[in-house]
Parts: sequence; C-alpha cells; structure tokens
Amino acid sequence: MDVRYVNPFMGAIKNVFKTMLKLDVQFGKPYLKTVEQTSHDVSGIIGLSGDVVGTVIVSFPRLSAVKIASTFAGTALGDTDEDFSDAIGELANMIAGNAKKDIEGLNISITTPSVVVGAGHQVKCAKIIPHLAIPCSCPAGSFVVEVGIKTVNRSEELLLVGGATEKSA
Amino acid sequence: MKIMLVDDSRTIRNIEKNVLAQLGYTDICEAGDGVEALKLTASQIPDLFLVDWNMPNMDGLTLIKNIRAQNIQVPIIMVTTEAEKSRVIEALKAGVNNYVVKPFTAETLSDKIHQTLAKLGVAV
Repeated sequence: MDVRYVNPFMGAIKNVFKTMLKLDVQFGKPYLKTVEQTSHDVSGIIGLSGDVVGTVIVSFPRLSAVKIASTFAGTALGDTDEDFSDAIGELANMIAGNAKKDIEGLNISITTPSVVVGAGHQVKCAKIIPHLAIPCSCPAGSFVVEVGIKTVNRSEELLLVGGATEKSA
Repeated sequence: MKIMLVDDSRTIRNIEKNVLAQLGYTDICEAGDGVEALKLTASQIPDLFLVDWNMPNMDGLTLIKNIRAQNIQVPIIMVTTEAEKSRVIEALKAGVNNYVVKPFTAETLSDKIHQTLAKLGVAV
C-alpha cells in the first residue's frame, strides 16, 4: 500500500478521539497485515470506492471497545447494546471520512459502516490490496486501524469489488 | 422551536440532542435516514434540520434536494464527515444554510446553530 495514505489516517484517528472523546491517541509502528484474521474482537468496517477500492477496519479488544464506545456515547454501554455497535460504526465512519479529505487528488466515497462483534471473526478483503495495520493506544485501551487502499481504473474496480466479502465467525 | 435530527447513528443524534438541550431546545424529532425524514416532514415541518450526508435508503443530499423541491425554506445544517471543498459546494448548491464537519465539538455545533438562526433572523 502507498505509504502516503498512512498519515491522513493517523491524523484522522488523533482528531476524532481528541475532539469526540477528549482522549489522546499514541501510535505504535505500522506493519503490513499478513493474515485475514482481524486483530481483536469488535470491528467497525468502512468500504472505500470512487477513484480507489479498499477497506478501513477499526478493530478493538472487547474491553477497549466497551470503554471507548461508552466514552463516545456519554453513557455506560455493554457489548450487546444496540447503541454499542452504533457507536463503534460511527467512530469508524468519522475516521475514514476525516482521513479521505487529506488524501489529495482522489475522489473517494465511503460506505455506511458495518460492525462485527465476536472473537476471531474474519474480514475477507481482496488479496491484491495489502492492508497496513496502525496500532493505537489511548487511556481507554488499545485498538488497531487497518487500512487497505488501491487506486484503480474502472475496469479493475469491477473485478476487485466482485472479490471482496465480509464474514463473521 | 422544533428541530429535526436526521442521522443513521443514534449516538450522533444523542450528542446533538445534548448540545441542543444545553441551548434550551428540547422539542426534537429524529429520523434515521432521508426516507424517514421526508415522512415526518409530510406531517409536520420543523423549524430547523440537522442532516447527515451518508445514510442508508436516502442520503442527506437527496433529502435536502427533496425538501427544497417542495419549497420548504426552513434552515438546514449539514453535519457530516464529508469535508472536501467540492462536497461542501455541492451541499450549498443543494440548499444547505450551514455546514458542520464531523468530528465536532459541542461549541462548534452550538456556534453554527446560532450563526444559522441569527443570519435568517430567527430568535435564538
């Protein structure tokens, strides 16, 4: 994946957490994902289309997800509450939306979010789009943002979108 | 003053409701997408809309075009992650009066509501 896409996402993660949750985020060293399994138990997923194809996955351990969703919503949430997945999805939406404005020269659209809850779940994406994982930590817990973006021409896009699926364990 | 919140995220609608309550606005109605908002508008037109862009069934831009096509001229503030200049211009052309980019602070949303209502001569 083109590394020039990483900084907009790091900036967006910091901005979203600072503005909406009043939390500072620190980053570990980004690394290339080599397996399909997501990093944790709860994932907010946003699809990217337009001049690119790809996926943004914001993935949390369960306890971090509960603390972060509760802080965002301003009320205590459990991982079975309807508002829990709503909050996780909206965080993913804000991160993807905020990042895309800083990716210059490309017209990018984002999907409405999907949320998967369950240990060991898989999010299967097109194999030809490498995903970079950005480890994040904040006072409410740790999480990982996985970003896979590839610019495409229209004929490539049709092939790629046809090959992307999501699967919950 | 009746205010309609249109956003597919209940979390965001609750955050908006809290800001509006601090400003003294408690007559709120809510819709999770553009279709639901149009149905509600058919029975009662609010005095102010806060509208998200990306929603299922009918997005915010389509909703705003529908509202303006019905010659409903009440103020509309778009509250969205869509931050590119081209999107802001598109929304303004469709008829929004003000624009708030997510993520937002309570102060930003509050200021934009005040600005919008003051510019249109609505008592705040």
